Amino acid sequence: MRGRFWARAIVAAMVDKRMTEDEVVSELKDGMTIGIGGWGSRRKPMSLVRAMLRSDLKDLTVVAYGGPDIGLLCAAGKLRRAVYGFVSLDSIPLEPHFRQARQSGAIEFTELDEGAFYLGLMAAAHRVPFYPTRAGLGSDMLTMNPELRTVTSPYDDGEELVAIPAFRLDAALIHMNRADAAGNGQFLGPDLYFDDLFAMAADKTYLSTEKIVPTENLLDEGPVHTLRIPRIFTDGVVEAPRGAHFTECPPDYGRDEAFQREYAATARDPEAWEAFRSTYLDAPSHAEYLKALEARS
Amino acid sequence: MSTPAEATIDEICVVACAEAFRGDGEILCNPIGTVPIVGGRLARATFEPDLVYTDTVSVLPANNFPVGDPDAPKVVESWVPYRTVFDIVWSGKRHVMMGASQIDQWGNQNIAAIGDFRQPKAQLLGLRGAPGNLINHTTSYWVPNHSTRSFVTSVDVVSGPGYDRMRELGAPGNRYHEVRRVVSNLGVFDFQTDDNRMRIASIHPGVTVEQVVEATAFELAGTDDAAETRLPTDEELRLIREVLDPGGARKAEFR
Repeated sequence: MRGRFWARAIVAAMVDKRMTEDEVVSELKDGMTIGIGGWGSRRKPMSLVRAMLRSDLKDLTVVAYGGPDIGLLCAAGKLRRAVYGFVSLDSIPLEPHFRQARQSGAIEFTELDEGAFYLGLMAAAHRVPFYPTRAGLGSDMLTMNPELRTVTSPYDDGEELVAIPAFRLDAALIHMNRADAAGNGQFLGPDLYFDDLFAMAADKTYLSTEKIVPTENLLDEGPVHTLRIPRIFTDGVVEAPRGAHFTECPPDYGRDEAFQREYAATARDPEAWEAFRSTYLDAPSHAEYLKALEARS
Repeated sequence: MSTPAEATIDEICVVACAEAFRGDGEILCNPIGTVPIVGGRLARATFEPDLVYTDTVSVLPANNFPVGDPDAPKVVESWVPYRTVFDIVWSGKRHVMMGASQIDQWGNQNIAAIGDFRQPKAQLLGLRGAPGNLINHTTSYWVPNHSTRSFVTSVDVVSGPGYDRMRELGAPGNRYHEVRRVVSNLGVFDFQTDDNRMRIASIHPGVTVEQVVEATAFELAGTDDAAETRLPTDEELRLIREVLDPGGARKAEFR
């Protein structure tokens, strides 16, 4: 009984980091480098991305295993540069708005091998200037990114490797299945992706979640090793049920493929884009977005 | 009861993809694309039982299961989130079979862009994992539309480096590089020549050497003594048609 009492007392003392999407975006500035967690069209913090689209933010650099986050920010003219391992909608292999931005030359880009991208995040998370890898030797990754340098092993082998620089982030946005108000995040799906590294690589990390639960209930739905985002790496928590829509967020929900197809089709048709934008993206809050979704079905 | 004579081109290609994994033993078999996926599963179900196989959604299933059915029951033998997949790439215990929008005589592959990468005429998938794959472990390719547009004299972007790039890089950086096989809708190709130029390993039944030469923008080695790609066995046909791809998803890659 005494242990339980103390556990509650400690939980009660923990900081409350709850905020709204718009409060998160008000902390972002023009020209910032922003990391976005998830992978392709999987567990993306879409309610936060839409809040960025509604804002006056501009000239952003976004760092992501890209999906509709990068596509939407391209379509809305928010990006100066995209840094990515790929930009895909998974069931649609190439993000159509990103394709358009690349073909029209609308954005600067840093395209890296998918594994090399992981090392850039990890270097930033660990506060080292780079991590070495063989990935890129002999390929055009080095031609496409002339700022990349190689490094020679200081040991007897003397091997030359590519030095993937740290992607230090001004802010990171991630979406978790569950979190507590203090910012401890939990993933319940099959893959954390690289969200813990995004959180550690950023000066400020904002976490949206399907549901905020009391700390003492964090183990109700998943074992201890699903608690991969400790609150020391989070600065804000936004409760956003269906906050990853239309990307997938298992086990809470799968990808909304019909909605994704509709979104993808807007890349070819300016009128369709305007209709999509006014119906879904201009919704002034996540709650209003959910209402617009409800009106669909 | 099916007989080998009834095998169609998609099934011949599935078996040719499976053959690329022969001898690989206990590594991660990681084909991308429907025909290679059916091929990889066929290799494991027959002559290469020690392979482990990814469903590309974070688990390694130990049983044979059909393509295109997300609800197919799986016996999970391990967990491989993407981070672990990259760790496996760097460990070398993997053989990937990727697509190639363009491939040249040295095996340089392009899936990144057509035209100047700075502002491409056509943005393709991007580099994806190709640079890391090629420099770390064995790679094969599947090209379902063999033509002078896909088998080119020079690729626009090198996603996966070929043997000329590796010669230039030299040792020790190039020591894990191997482009094992290129399977197309016309034949099977490898780099088993003195200078690692692409050579015809076999041509598919019903295809002529002239057809292959005409559909290839560069000079192929091995045109004088090209063998014929082997036909699927009865058991392989049964596995492809009844177990691994009963819905015929593999046929969609031939247009």
